[in-house]
Amino acid sequence: MNNNSVFSLARLWAIVVKEFIQMRRDRVTFAMMIGIPILQLVLFSYAINSDPRHLSAAIVVADHGPQGRAILSALRNSTYFQFVRQVSTEAEAQAALARGEVQFMINIPEHFTRDLLRGDRPMLLVEADATDPGATGGPLGALPSILNAAMLNDAKGPLDYLASAESPIDLRIHAKYNPEAITQYTIVPGLLGVVLTMTMVMITALAITRERESGTMENLLSMPTRPLEVMIGKILPYILVGYIQMALILLAAHFLFQVPIVGNLWLLMGVTLVFIAASLAVGVTFSTLAQNQRQAMQMTLFFFLPSILLSGFMFPFRGMPEWAQALGEILPLTHFLRLVRGILLKGNGIDDVIRQLWQIALFGVVVLTIAVFRYRRTLD
Amino acid sequence: MTDELAIDVKGMTKRFGKLTAVDHVDLQVRKGEVCGFLGPNGSGKTTFIRMLCGLLRADEGSGQCLGHDVIKDSETIKRQVGYMTQKFSFWEDLTIEENLDFVARMYSLKNRRETVKQSLERLGLSARKDQLAGQLSGGWKQRLALAACLIHEPQLLLLDEPTAGVDPIARRDFWKEIHQLAGQGLTFLIATHYMDEAERCHRLAFIANGKLLTVGTVSDVVENSHLTTWAVDGPDLLQLADKLQALPGVEQAVPFGGILHISGPDQAALEQAIAPFRTSQYHWKQVPAGLEDVFIHLMEQTKGAPSK
Repeated sequence: MNNNSVFSLARLWAIVVKEFIQMRRDRVTFAMMIGIPILQLVLFSYAINSDPRHLSAAIVVADHGPQGRAILSALRNSTYFQFVRQVSTEAEAQAALARGEVQFMINIPEHFTRDLLRGDRPMLLVEADATDPGATGGPLGALPSILNAAMLNDAKGPLDYLASAESPIDLRIHAKYNPEAITQYTIVPGLLGVVLTMTMVMITALAITRERESGTMENLLSMPTRPLEVMIGKILPYILVGYIQMALILLAAHFLFQVPIVGNLWLLMGVTLVFIAASLAVGVTFSTLAQNQRQAMQMTLFFFLPSILLSGFMFPFRGMPEWAQALGEILPLTHFLRLVRGILLKGNGIDDVIRQLWQIALFGVVVLTIAVFRYRRTLD
Repeated sequence: MTDELAIDVKGMTKRFGKLTAVDHVDLQVRKGEVCGFLGPNGSGKTTFIRMLCGLLRADEGSGQCLGHDVIKDSETIKRQVGYMTQKFSFWEDLTIEENLDFVARMYSLKNRRETVKQSLERLGLSARKDQLAGQLSGGWKQRLALAACLIHEPQLLLLDEPTAGVDPIARRDFWKEIHQLAGQGLTFLIATHYMDEAERCHRLAFIANGKLLTVGTVSDVVENSHLTTWAVDGPDLLQLADKLQALPGVEQAVPFGGILHISGPDQAALEQAIAPFRTSQYHWKQVPAGLEDVFIHLMEQTKGAPSK
């Protein structure tokens, strides 16, 4: 068939073959095509759990009677809670809660057993860090029935008066920092980190790759300028862009979503600088690895995906298996999310902040070291 | 032109893995000289130029460029050299003026604004100064690149195929500009593929497979090739070319319009080969070998070795 106006299967096939050849030549794209589905599959299916169990709790036990112990073992057996720490004062437990070291604080007060047996309805205090309502909602919802079941077990024989219609325990639940479990309080500060990760990594990776792709990098390097001047000069404008993004998100958080801003904004700005720097370092490193802008884009996605899924932005961090948590601990977004929520919602101060911040800084330094080594090699 | 040397290097060598891109090249260029740098694609021209301006570190070699050590003082040399890349490498999303201003800042020039203004005027770019570089035609892009290379008043210009994709009128203007600048004492090393441009150079250096094959004026190069060329005019020249090409002593049989150029390095062998065809139907005439004939002759000689 030599008619040009007729749809030609031979020509169609020629184009298909050409696409496959090009696909095979572009190793990075090919790796991404295989890598992204595998990564997604592993992350989604194994790591993500929207009904988290074994959440860390600190307990304050001032009463050692049998009923107190019965309640603790019932909580543990529910698999919702894992007692990682026993402290002697409520203040200590609350500090651990504020630092995000535990998700719950359970306080069994003095004379709990005595008051219970007397029918005085003793108080059982459970405080939860509700900065991530997704993690605390399940366990808090299940608490009353867990306690009732525990009481019913004991409410036999002489103690059957405990199995009255009204619960014999005065359960007080404090969902701290976000008592109404408003998801915006969690999502909007989290978005600050997500938006910064995406744009900072992508923009720098693209900006430097573009310079190389279009040949202007060669021109730059033939002028009397140092590679470090080029690097820093290219990065500085984006730090400003990052701060503009931050300002926009915080304004929206405050005026559109009424997210409380409890902590110090200056502290948040300082913390954000470290995070932006770490993200830019990732972008620079990608630009030294990528051969063209498309590859830089794909690498950004490759980094972005685990950042969103494993950092605790989309799913409760503590709901993930330990290996996934360990991976998440490496990512700067994980720590930044804790920092932003900590500062904005909990009013964390500098002491609490340092615990997370150094991990972001360390990540940035390691990544930048890779970039510097790679950059030297691409010069010659 | 003086006898002072702007470029005087020996044994310049650059290897990329197993490939030796530039293999012990010696080159001397006098101040105020326009030196043409010829060679097939992938012969090492760009690599050699990049070594001179400090973009690549030479693996071996020594010498001086503008009186500075070519290996140790590459940063000093950078400031006094203008390098024009093969591909247009200015920022397409900046205007002409912004591009020039940026370059002026990179060289920390005093009186930056005045310098940029003068540079725009001298190359006739003033009217277009607010145009984006990406929207310029090939000829204007090349003017911009030249203006940018000259802005820090270099003493040596390294131009890597500066006129690729530029129309003949713009090319002529460009060469006029170059000769004017050379008259003012600037030195040029210009890589090119165009024979008419090569003929405009004071001297030529020919490189192939990383090795320098010959250096000299146009007539030196032609003479040193010892190439004999005959021009033949007549019917069915392409068939004649095929027949002649197969004969010993004939290196090239190349059509030039309606005429065929037959060349070979051995005069006796060439004349013996064409003797049977010297019939009345053809009109034969011995002509001086052209630069292109010599160029192809030199390339033929280096054939066999990989060209990249």
